[in-house]
Amino acid sequence: MDAIFLQVLNGLDKGGAHALIALGLTLAFGTLGIVNFAHGALFMLGAFCAVSFNKIINLQQIVLDPTRKTAWGTPLEIKTPYITSWLGDFGNVLIDYSVPVSLLVTIPVMWLIGVIMERGLIKRFYNRPHADQILVTFGLAIVLQEIVSHYYGANPIPQTAPAIVAGSANVGSWIGLGESVVYPWWRLVYFGFSAIVIFAVFAFLQFTTFGMVVRAGMRDREMVAMLGINIERRFTIVFGIAAVVAGVAGAMYTPIFPPVYNIGMDFLVLSFVVVVVGGMGSLGGAVTAGFLLGILQSFASMNEIKSIFPGIDQIIIYLVAVIILLVLPRGLMGRKGVMED
Amino acid sequence: MSDIFKKPVSRRTVAKGGLASILAAGAMPTIFTGASHAAYCNEPTGGDVTLGFNVPQTGAYADEGADELRAYKLAVKHLNGEGDGDMLNTFKPSALKGNGILGKKVKYVTGDTQTKSDAARASAKRMIEKDKALVITGGSSSGVAIAVQGLCQEAGVIFMAGLTHSNDTTGKDKRRNGFRHFFNAYMSGAALGPVLEKEYGKERKAYHLTADYTWGWTQEESMKNTTEALGWKTTKTVKTPVGAGDFSQYITPVLNSGADVLILNHYGKDMINSLTQAVQFGLRDKQVNGKNFEIIVPLFSRLMAQGAGEAIKGILGSTNWNWSLKDPASAAFVKSFGAEYGAPPSMAAHTCYCQTLLYANACEMAGTFSPEGVVKSLEGFKFDGLGNGATEYRAEDHQCFKDVLVVRGNQNPTSQYDLLEVVEVTPRSQVEYDAKIFGGDLGPVNAKPC
Amino acid sequence: MNGNSTRSDFLLLIIFAAVVLTAPITLAPIGAGYPDILQKFAIYGIFAIGFNILFGLTGYLSFGHAAFLGVGSYASVWMFKLFTMNVIPAVIFSVALAGVFALLIGFVSLRRSGIYFSILTLAFAQMSYNLAYSVLTPLTNGETGLQVRHLAPADRGPDYVLKLVNEDLRWVDQAFGVVEHGIPITNLFGMKMSGYPGFYFCAVILIIAFFIAMRISRSNFGMMLKAIKSNQNRLQYTGVNTRPYLLTAFIISGMYAGLAGSLLAVTDPLAGAERMQWTASGEVVLMTILGGVGTLIGPFLGATLIKGFSALFSSYNENILHQFFSFLPEFMQDGVVAVASMFVGEGWELTLGLLFVIIMLFLPGGLMQGFYLILGLFKRKKTSPPAAGKSEA
Repeated sequence: MDAIFLQVLNGLDKGGAHALIALGLTLAFGTLGIVNFAHGALFMLGAFCAVSFNKIINLQQIVLDPTRKTAWGTPLEIKTPYITSWLGDFGNVLIDYSVPVSLLVTIPVMWLIGVIMERGLIKRFYNRPHADQILVTFGLAIVLQEIVSHYYGANPIPQTAPAIVAGSANVGSWIGLGESVVYPWWRLVYFGFSAIVIFAVFAFLQFTTFGMVVRAGMRDREMVAMLGINIERRFTIVFGIAAVVAGVAGAMYTPIFPPVYNIGMDFLVLSFVVVVVGGMGSLGGAVTAGFLLGILQSFASMNEIKSIFPGIDQIIIYLVAVIILLVLPRGLMGRKGVMED
Repeated sequence: MSDIFKKPVSRRTVAKGGLASILAAGAMPTIFTGASHAAYCNEPTGGDVTLGFNVPQTGAYADEGADELRAYKLAVKHLNGEGDGDMLNTFKPSALKGNGILGKKVKYVTGDTQTKSDAARASAKRMIEKDKALVITGGSSSGVAIAVQGLCQEAGVIFMAGLTHSNDTTGKDKRRNGFRHFFNAYMSGAALGPVLEKEYGKERKAYHLTADYTWGWTQEESMKNTTEALGWKTTKTVKTPVGAGDFSQYITPVLNSGADVLILNHYGKDMINSLTQAVQFGLRDKQVNGKNFEIIVPLFSRLMAQGAGEAIKGILGSTNWNWSLKDPASAAFVKSFGAEYGAPPSMAAHTCYCQTLLYANACEMAGTFSPEGVVKSLEGFKFDGLGNGATEYRAEDHQCFKDVLVVRGNQNPTSQYDLLEVVEVTPRSQVEYDAKIFGGDLGPVNAKPC
Repeated sequence: MNGNSTRSDFLLLIIFAAVVLTAPITLAPIGAGYPDILQKFAIYGIFAIGFNILFGLTGYLSFGHAAFLGVGSYASVWMFKLFTMNVIPAVIFSVALAGVFALLIGFVSLRRSGIYFSILTLAFAQMSYNLAYSVLTPLTNGETGLQVRHLAPADRGPDYVLKLVNEDLRWVDQAFGVVEHGIPITNLFGMKMSGYPGFYFCAVILIIAFFIAMRISRSNFGMMLKAIKSNQNRLQYTGVNTRPYLLTAFIISGMYAGLAGSLLAVTDPLAGAERMQWTASGEVVLMTILGGVGTLIGPFLGATLIKGFSALFSSYNENILHQFFSFLPEFMQDGVVAVASMFVGEGWELTLGLLFVIIMLFLPGGLMQGFYLILGLFKRKKTSPPAAGKSEA
């Protein structure tokens, strides 16, 4: 019972992450019709916004101590963060909360990156074949990755969650399952965060005039343009939102998964599978598919199931994708005619 | 299907195919006229000799590869008599003169393995076929090491392995032309045994999470054998997909399994993720069976410790070498490397530096670059002064036998490099084993011209 | 389809054959005249040319063709291990087995079109990769890769079947009394298949593969595939069942991939699971687009560029750069080398990425469009360059 409950939690947690990562992709993919292979790179850039923010507020004053030496003979360096010497305890609190606080930086930076990317590159590719979009965005992803690796190296860079949520929550005692059912606080925070972001994006598209126009543009771009609406500017905004969503997903994920320059490629295939299984052009489909695949992945990893089907946890996502796409021609909630040719 | 060739095929098109093959035959001989009459593959004829450094420059192990490359460049410098000489001065018995190898100036070429067997073999072939490298060395994973070792055997050049920890490299997949200075999974287990007994007692229940590929399996097997010999029980061994990223679904079952030790047979990014996440799940704060829950990572390096951050503190593992060692050889190497690059060397850098020196020395001893001579001088070669105490290149499997370090993640690091503290130097006698247990066959030396 | 086009095709084939066969000499000055890179050019050229039969002609974008490459490699190495080091049976068996795999995967995947088709093929390839890497290790030798090994001892026990990954049989070679010293290398009736002979073997097969692709493209069958690309619905309204045509194209391109995989094993008998990974599938997509989708020569050019890039740019280190820029005065040299070293050695991927972006921005039709632009300059605009992505050379 405990084990199953924990796997459900794992599944929800994974599902939240999958859905959040796929959300930005399906915005660009289903809305603008752009096959964005740089989506993983946007996720990675978000993660490195958090890393950079942490580095900046951890900038240290270096005092050389000539009485002590390193093993290779130079004087030992003694470091104190500037922010601590300026702000005292508040500085330390800021360092402790660097991951959530970094969102204040991540959001504008990712917005800017998204807008520049769309205006500078993507908009030239709206009317080009998908193949061209793949090549150009893949090239861009490599360039972004290599720039990051040039400055940050190829080793993962650990980020810590704020001390207050660094440990694990005693979930079991909340619902009467016993002391041994624990779950990391930060994963619960991440789950809540993804739920908020997903609902915000939904509400924005569902309840605002802007969202209505964009949704209309998804169905029939030419018609909307003929009505005299500047759809281009709105597409730029949508791409900006997609970049921000990918970025914040990456930034908040850093305490769980120490970021590394090629982390985006790990998520790229997964997010494409989630979006397509959900069905092209459907936000709800992508979110549902994210949760479905997350939960199935967790259950397939249980020892009881692995002992019957060895290696099932390695292929479950793809197996489910194949079955769903064969049973439902356009994924879970796909619209007819979107990216079918 | 049948209409594919309906119209186009005629007698003429068949004649075209014939023409192409005649062309092929005509162009072929021009290529062979250039073939030289060397006694062995890439025999150096001029005033210099070329070494091939094949390291991961892109991909997950790029930082490790960059550090290996730094060590190689330093070794070349020292072999050519530039710089402070470093471990050349502590290495004994040494035939090195500081004037290159056999009087020829040492040059090098580099390649990117990308930590993929195909890419690694392609770049090794490029160095052998185009750059005329006499020896290929480097690498940061066992799959690549075994693939390149096989290639060097076929091509007739020497392979000096870099970082490779699988038992197979000098076991099932050993080759006469290949040599490994680095330690292996068996030695990790054997070295950890006594320390685990001392620290955690004889009654423990271990749960293994193992990367689902060859290295992971040999590591799991070695750790299982060692811990069960101590009297520990193995609760469960679970294979995890390589590059899983999120390990939560494998960690939660550990919570209620009744195990009180978690052994992570992971390396690189997998290890960093699984350890970080295991600690987040509160495993280290747990009490099971009245004992503190412990996590063990059989193999780790300073770069991985850096990636895992806080999570590594207090975790036991083993390593081939660490820069905090105080013996004169290690101190000389750290000083020379630190002065050149401003940071201490990693264990990957150390093993690569040693391999370069050992190869050069073997050539000097043999008086030739011929693989035959080099293999003969390296087999059974006993030496000291390279930072691991008295060491021997065992003739039966080309594996170096030396002391192994058991380390622990430092609780209070004094610098960003001071991440591991040495708990114990397990003497060589404890980690030795019979060469036959892992099977394999060295085969004959390949010293044929290429 | 008229006499004129047949003649120009013949000319194209002759030029192609001449360029390929003289590559060891013509590519030597830029440092790409050594056997391994030449073999890779030929092999990945075959892979890309075959991929183009599906993607270029029908517009169906498969993201899982690396699975067939992997199947071809594994099949060949098993032939070497069980029967003979002669490459002919290995090549035939690999192509056939890849064809069977393509039939199965294609039959299922072609039930969908567009992005849904792409994800289905991706899913099958990723499943193959993950299983080959771990669970199927007794068949694939997992991460280490399947290799040719020494012979099993004569007194092998009945459990030798389980050890076949590590100990070989080579029944046919043994029946002919071939004596082995160490681990044998592949041969074509006694001629070794590594080094330059290996390249010429691949080159001849490349020329034949190119010829067949050309015939397919010009045939009625090829016309049908192009019709599917331009408007499948209209074709179906006229009562044509497009599925058999698509499936045939899928199988042919899968067999090309199997052939390429087999040649990888022929020139270097090791088969690893990473050949099936999605990055490998993506690579052939990139090669085809980079060179020019739907063109005959384009995919081969794309393959050459990507493979040449990764081999050559990654090999340039600071020493080589210093030699290269040695004509500059000392103070400038260090600066130039520092900037240049960002793009070579460990930075070679950066250059490749930039190249993708630049080519797509300025040459929408890929390298072939650039080729036509240059050709057009020479001809003084006598013939205008063909429309992007639709050129036919």
